[in-house]
Amino acid sequence: MSQQDLQAVVSQVRRDIVRMVHAVNSGHPGGSLGCVEFLTTLYFDHMKHDPKAFTMDGKGEDLFFLSNGHISPVMYSILARAGYFEVSEMATFRKLNTRLQGHPTTHEGLEGIRIASGSLGQGMSVAIGAAEAKKLNDDDRLVYTLHGDGELQEGQVWEAAMYAAAKKIDNLISTVDVNAKQIDGSTDEVLAMGSIQAKFEAFGWHVISVAKGNDLSAVKHALVEATAASGNGQPVCILLHTEMGNGVDFMMGTHKWHGVAPNDDQLADALSQNPETLGDY
Amino acid sequence: MKKYTDSGSKDTRSGFGAGLQELGQQNENVVALCADLTGSLKMNAFADENPDRFFQVGIAEANMMGIAAGLTIGGKIPFTGTFANFSTGRVYDQIRQSIAYSGKNVKICASHAGLTLGEDGATHQILEDIGLMKMLPHMVVINPCDYNQTKAATIAIADYDGPVYLRFGRPKVANFTSADAKFEIGKADVLTDGTDVTIIATGHLVWEALQAAEALEAAGVSAEVIGMATIKPLDEKAILASASKTGCVVTAEEHNRFGGLGESVAQTLVTNHPVPQEFVAVNDSFGESGTPAQLMEKYGLNAEAIVAAAQKVISRK
Repeated sequence: MSQQDLQAVVSQVRRDIVRMVHAVNSGHPGGSLGCVEFLTTLYFDHMKHDPKAFTMDGKGEDLFFLSNGHISPVMYSILARAGYFEVSEMATFRKLNTRLQGHPTTHEGLEGIRIASGSLGQGMSVAIGAAEAKKLNDDDRLVYTLHGDGELQEGQVWEAAMYAAAKKIDNLISTVDVNAKQIDGSTDEVLAMGSIQAKFEAFGWHVISVAKGNDLSAVKHALVEATAASGNGQPVCILLHTEMGNGVDFMMGTHKWHGVAPNDDQLADALSQNPETLGDY
Repeated sequence: MKKYTDSGSKDTRSGFGAGLQELGQQNENVVALCADLTGSLKMNAFADENPDRFFQVGIAEANMMGIAAGLTIGGKIPFTGTFANFSTGRVYDQIRQSIAYSGKNVKICASHAGLTLGEDGATHQILEDIGLMKMLPHMVVINPCDYNQTKAATIAIADYDGPVYLRFGRPKVANFTSADAKFEIGKADVLTDGTDVTIIATGHLVWEALQAAEALEAAGVSAEVIGMATIKPLDEKAILASASKTGCVVTAEEHNRFGGLGESVAQTLVTNHPVPQEFVAVNDSFGESGTPAQLMEKYGLNAEAIVAAAQKVISRK
């Protein structure tokens, strides 16, 4: 997809995120906005997948697992815009009887979701299992994950990181959204993690660091590089340095929009910064 | 009264190992994972015969549960193996979110459950696992009684599409069920016909219940023994049919009285056909070090305790 077309998706996805969260006065806009460029590039330009014929097993397709499930608004928008389900269903986000639960789940049969997430730290393990299944099935497509940087404070992530390197899970590309923020403040204030890159490298991963994680061409370049690095006996980690709240000026540079919805005026302000490109839901 | 004989004591975990080995030969989608307890879980035969389908995950049970959930995506049928304590309490949230809520076809196979783990003591003797697992929506919970039944249950759960908790133990116990019997999830086994009291037992306590029934018979009491391998879904029909006949029930399990089989049976009785019930179970306590027999006696989980409970419940009719 052209840079221009990807940018159009980005703008629309940002609108979807703030509109969904505003409509129910709950949800997580900050981290969602920070990952728009990554997920847009992954789903609209990079992965091999079939939105119109979703299967749980996804044989012959690339798979993506969202480990930090609280950024469900961006996930739902990306899936709907990619064609997994009708964009109109975004209007049901977090409402009673919806398939678009507060955190993503397979429970309601939502196309595009293969595992429940929300309780943090579990997605990498699941992705490893799916990657092992691909190897057993002689399926050479790749498995992708996304994690928050705060999520790395969960011990299970490092159990999984140790396993992936030891067992040479080289069809796995795990991306960490390094926005350096979590609910209670900056990651340095809450629980400083030191060098995330050095940690993954010490565990035996091939690490690609992306300074401009909200730049479409930088993201595309990183995904191409990561894919090229796969299949070489090592799992691949992308450290994607992003801005929480990216694309909505008053949400940027602070952790305060991690899990807070905009009011009517703030919504109008946010929408004015992101033109409607593909039609609001 | 029908009598049962021990065809030669064996550990239920070996029944699991034998069932898993057979599955490995029959079903190429069956895979197994273990968290550094391959020998204890008797998974060596499967691991040796199917090295590509066996995943040694090291001492990382949370990761194991997640990997198992992921393996189902791609059509595999994963069997996880570790001690019951590390199969449940240690990884409850991983099971809850990645397996149960996500509806994944994972078989959580748990050895060394209960007091009969013995000398290792309370850190390893989980007595709460049935409760933890049965509370998870749609989780099937099975606690077979001997080697043959554990082997049959292991094979049977591979054909069931959904999460299962299979609980078994460490010590050699009487092997008395038929080696040819097919295991049917959710179906109770009426082992003896009786008229005075119903004894519903699960796991290692089924053999004790049969011993108790013989002692009761000698004392002129007719006991109907029901082996309840599947705790969830519970065979309510069998419970109610027997309770209607005998008018009182004893439940027996190697588990805390809170959260176990007895509580599920009581719920069935009280909502359908209230009759007196006595609980042979651990009374809200942790275990301790000791031999299995010493522990079962100290905590009141043997034939003698079942006889006493039967006499008490009959007097309450």
